[in-house]
Amino acid sequence: MPGATPDVDGGDDPDDDGVRIDMISGARMEGLTSMEKIRLILDGVREGNIVILEEGLSPDEESKLIEVTMTEISPDDFTGIEIETYPKPDSGSQSFLDKLMGRESTQKLTVIGPANRIETLHKDENLISTLVSRK
Amino acid sequence: MGLLTSLRDSISRVTDGLFAADEPKRIGIYGPPNAGKTTLANRIARDWTGDAVGPESHIPHETRRARRKENVEIERNGRKVTIDIVDTPGVTTKVDYKEFLDHDMEKEDAVRRSREATEGVAEAMHWLREDVDGVIYVLDSTTDPFTQVNTMLIGIIESQDLPALILANKTDLPGSDVQQIANAFPQHETIPLSALEGENMDEVYTKIAEYFG
Repeated sequence: MPGATPDVDGGDDPDDDGVRIDMISGARMEGLTSMEKIRLILDGVREGNIVILEEGLSPDEESKLIEVTMTEISPDDFTGIEIETYPKPDSGSQSFLDKLMGRESTQKLTVIGPANRIETLHKDENLISTLVSRK
Repeated sequence: MGLLTSLRDSISRVTDGLFAADEPKRIGIYGPPNAGKTTLANRIARDWTGDAVGPESHIPHETRRARRKENVEIERNGRKVTIDIVDTPGVTTKVDYKEFLDHDMEKEDAVRRSREATEGVAEAMHWLREDVDGVIYVLDSTTDPFTQVNTMLIGIIESQDLPALILANKTDLPGSDVQQIANAFPQHETIPLSALEGENMDEVYTKIAEYFG
């Protein structure tokens, strides 16, 4: 399945109380459908990982991510996600061709983690500061 | 939004208008939990219909189902605007039943409330993608507007090309900072109000007629 989080040596060591971070390139996400992207993210987050997307999600995908996350929340198991991106840049930064073709730039670094392990300390237009706790 | 898409949407809006000029617009009241969405929905409904939409509470996620008040006729400057108000659950990316235990709730009630809240948020997101014609986005002006939920929701609303009115609520409280909200979303007009005290509702109604009429 294209959405599955890959096994990485040492990443699943039960004695390891570190924090695993999956940095997913835009190229890896490019060929996936919206639901495959959402599964890739949520499967990783539900394993306790921090997922960093090089190019983020489209607004429609973000909306679906919230919706699917809500359906998976269960007491004492999964309380949801913490997600951080920078605010959407001005549409003035898009090229004329992009505007003409209706292509919206979704390139925005996105950090997603389990709600019980990641806490946003500060966020503004230029800085996101988060605290990631161990298991 | 591309020019071709914009042109297509403009034509679609004109043709929709020809056939459905008298159809009330469905206006979703969105925002994070505890921003005062239901207080605003009740204020609008009471002012123009005499009825309320739903119960208000300081406990987060009091509204756990989208609630609709139909045919709210707002008269402004000799012009009538008819809207259906859809009061939605506060949008969030996380719900932990343990937070409700702080509000003197038993575990069973807290778990049920959290389950209903998650269903309500999912429903609200679905409404936003499929079923609303415009959005009133309510923010608590005493809290930091630079949150991910606000950034994402405003982005989702903009991507759908929905008309959106941003309201900076709770101006009656100390610490209210309307300018902070205006700075966070400079691409939108921000209207200050206190839905609880009914302050500045005249301007809110004028803007509702202007944006959604």
